[in-house]
Amino acid sequence: MRRLVEGGVAGVAGLLFGIGLMVSGMVEPAKVQAFLDVGGRWDPSLALVMGGAIAVALPVFQWGRRSRFPAPPHGPVEGRLILGSLLFGVGWGLSGYCPGPALLVAAGGNGEAMGYVVAMGLGMMLGTRFGARDLERG
Amino acid sequence: MIIDWAQFTPGASLGGGALIGLAAALLYVVTGRIAGVSGIFGEALRGARDGGGWRWAFLVGLAAASWVLGGQPSGGEGRFDVPLPVLFVAGLLTGYGTRIARGCTSGHGVCGLSRLSPRSLVAVSCFMGAGMVTVAVLRWLSAVQA
Repeated sequence: MRRLVEGGVAGVAGLLFGIGLMVSGMVEPAKVQAFLDVGGRWDPSLALVMGGAIAVALPVFQWGRRSRFPAPPHGPVEGRLILGSLLFGVGWGLSGYCPGPALLVAAGGNGEAMGYVVAMGLGMMLGTRFGARDLERG
Repeated sequence: MIIDWAQFTPGASLGGGALIGLAAALLYVVTGRIAGVSGIFGEALRGARDGGGWRWAFLVGLAAASWVLGGQPSGGEGRFDVPLPVLFVAGLLTGYGTRIARGCTSGHGVCGLSRLSPRSLVAVSCFMGAGMVTVAVLRWLSAVQA
């Protein structure tokens, strides 16, 4: 029963998440690159995507951490956190796709996004095999 | 810095962002799970056995968004002309990087910052900074070629 509720809620959350990605413009690689292009014609829109998301999620996560899901202290900042995030930033800048929009656009039948997702999956499996430990949550 | 006001979409971006935040909050409040797409996809690929069905449900919901809105989920050309092999390398970097850093724009960006996690603040600074430098290099290369 718990599994069923978890699956149902996750499905609804995935759908809302995807609609949010589409409405916000995160699924347009050119718009994402325009956000990262601070030295060129800069489109600041995507700062508002993260701002809007955090404005809604932060109070809920803070309440949850305090009362519903008592969480352990935050972990340390390690080298692979920094290295991995830098590598991801290069991939994000080159393509204009982070993982969520890439999956959504690939599911819609876009060939470039499909190729990107295949490579991303390979990269993830490499990461699981070499370099990632203690991967119990994302 | 030149702000491209013609392309600026504050309403849609803020509203879409709020939906993303709502989705992350809903998943967290009911299940305690983190809506981090790289973690969800990576663990689903790994075939994690801790009752990972919810991950596939999330991914199906994500994929279904375009049908609900009744259209192609955008995509399209990037701002620069990037050849396919480079796009493939970009995918490898994104997959490997988000795996060893344990999170991407959603896991570290939306959820991690909402948890006020110092790790996530470091991660977001690194990937945004690296993304901006990468785009600056692309713009320089396209100017040289032109």
